[in-house]
Amino acid sequence: MIELREVSRIFHVGGQEVRAMDRISLTIEPGEYLSIMGPSGSGKSTLLNTLGLLDTPDSGTYLLEGQDVTSLSDSQLAATRSRTIGFIFQFFHLIPRLTAQQNIELPLLLAGVPRRERNQRSSPLIEAFGLAARHHHKPDELSGGQRQRVAIARAVINRPTVLLADEPTGNLDRHSGGEIIELMEQLNRDGLTLVVVTHDPEIGERARRRIRVVDGRIASDTREG
Amino acid sequence: MRPFDAIGFALTSLGSNRVRTLLMLLAMSIGVAAVVLLTGIGNGARLYIVDQFSSLGTNLVIVIPGRAETASNTPATLVGETPRDLTMGDAKALARGDVVLRLAPLNIGEANIAWRGKNREVPLLGSTASLLEIHHLKMDRGAFLPEEDMEIARPVCVIGAKVYRELFGQENALGELVNLGGFRCRVIGILGSQGRSLGFDTEELVVVPVAFAQMLLNTEGLFRILLEAKDIGAIDRLKAHIKTTVAKRHYGEEDVTIITQDSVLATFDKIFKVLTLTVAGIAGISLVVAGILIMNVMLMAVAQRTAEIGLCKALGAGQLQIMALLVTEALLLSVIGGLIGLGLGFLGSWIAVQFYPTLQTPPPTWAVAAALGTAIGTGFIFSLMPARRAARLDPIQALARH
Repeated sequence: MIELREVSRIFHVGGQEVRAMDRISLTIEPGEYLSIMGPSGSGKSTLLNTLGLLDTPDSGTYLLEGQDVTSLSDSQLAATRSRTIGFIFQFFHLIPRLTAQQNIELPLLLAGVPRRERNQRSSPLIEAFGLAARHHHKPDELSGGQRQRVAIARAVINRPTVLLADEPTGNLDRHSGGEIIELMEQLNRDGLTLVVVTHDPEIGERARRRIRVVDGRIASDTREG
Repeated sequence: MRPFDAIGFALTSLGSNRVRTLLMLLAMSIGVAAVVLLTGIGNGARLYIVDQFSSLGTNLVIVIPGRAETASNTPATLVGETPRDLTMGDAKALARGDVVLRLAPLNIGEANIAWRGKNREVPLLGSTASLLEIHHLKMDRGAFLPEEDMEIARPVCVIGAKVYRELFGQENALGELVNLGGFRCRVIGILGSQGRSLGFDTEELVVVPVAFAQMLLNTEGLFRILLEAKDIGAIDRLKAHIKTTVAKRHYGEEDVTIITQDSVLATFDKIFKVLTLTVAGIAGISLVVAGILIMNVMLMAVAQRTAEIGLCKALGAGQLQIMALLVTEALLLSVIGGLIGLGLGFLGSWIAVQFYPTLQTPPPTWAVAAALGTAIGTGFIFSLMPARRAARLDPIQALARH
């Protein structure tokens, strides 16, 4: 479970104070499917980065699975990130010199998992995500949809509880974008908490819970059914 | 992260930018090769010199008139007197020690040698039969000076090979009478060619009995006295024997300088060690330059791979892990470059030996260790800064760049 209490994040840009998060309180239950929308610069990316422990709030409390993570050290944050959170980015962020399989296994490699176990854990994902024919290819030999599927496999290989996606379809055509969303929704149905930041209302409206962020505040929080 | 995986990851990174990697390896290996090769040659030169001196006989002790360290301060020099001469009497007294294996008094000068109208100036050496053994001289034909009392000024001479050629050509010289500095003198032997020894070219030398030389050169004193100890361990006792004997004969004054081969040897040894170290130091600088190159390239690598580093952080890599990844990469470069450099260095010294077989150039173990150590050390130290910079990258900003 994720719980933000009165969390603020303030940036100073050219002498001006920008409140990317202004006393945001938010609770996300395990297994929820949540979309975050809002205009550019509204603070939705900052919110996602905070949820993903990449950004540290200036004030407020963040409880992740009951643990206050605002006071954790860098290495504790890294360990927590590795254990509980999977990221998906708009630009995939695959390492070009590694094969698809090596990219997928990267979190396990960083966590010190032996090679045999890495392979054991990556092969079912490669099968399930339809990458079996391409897993020895480098990212530049893959299509956009395939690249994002590699990125999703990488995000979930460490069996996180939360999947955070920042404009996951922003760089894809309509068809492969739809495939990617369906893949993530499948993962959500299997129990993973899914948070998607997007500009695209069509994508955002698929979520059961929709949050609108404007000027660092939650403007609306609607749930379906 | 497991060490093997870290190395594998670093290898993929090195492999993805081959030109950069090759340039770094080149810089590193040239540095290491320079250290190995230069210390090898320096060490070879040292061993060569030491070997040359050893062939003179390491249990040799040389007595020179006058005390080198006090000569300029004695009242004698103030009133313009030279220090007291070493005489043949001194030499005979010195010969009576039980630690003395051989003794040869030495006098040098120049004399004119003439035979049937041909004449030439030659360096003249007055000594005794023992000189043959002490200086490892070789006879071409005939005999060396006769074994007899050193005070007998027998008019005989042993001439160098070149002197023989120039005076006699192909003719027989043994038994012939030559005119040496105005005295008739019988040629009894011809020296073999043996190159230079103690500053003389033995080919141009004329050797006569020491008493005869004193007569020719009109002197009472000796240039120096060479003594050979029974064995190396007896050198200290021999020196004590020389001191007491000289003091007894020179009214209590120890007015001679005693030079042992091993002290000369030690001096040369020291000089060449310092030279080798200096050269190694200069070569070491190139290693540091290579290190700075590594730092530059690693900084560039960090800049190029900002997104990748940000990604690794997002995927759960801590600051230490990021640092370890980059340092591993730099260390790999240093180690591989260092090993290539060692190969080049040993190849270079092998080639040097092919051209100068007398010069044995195995680089000393310490130099090999120091070169590799410096390579790895610089690789490590100069990668720390870029690695720290990478570790501190803000993952959000790092990922925002693409």
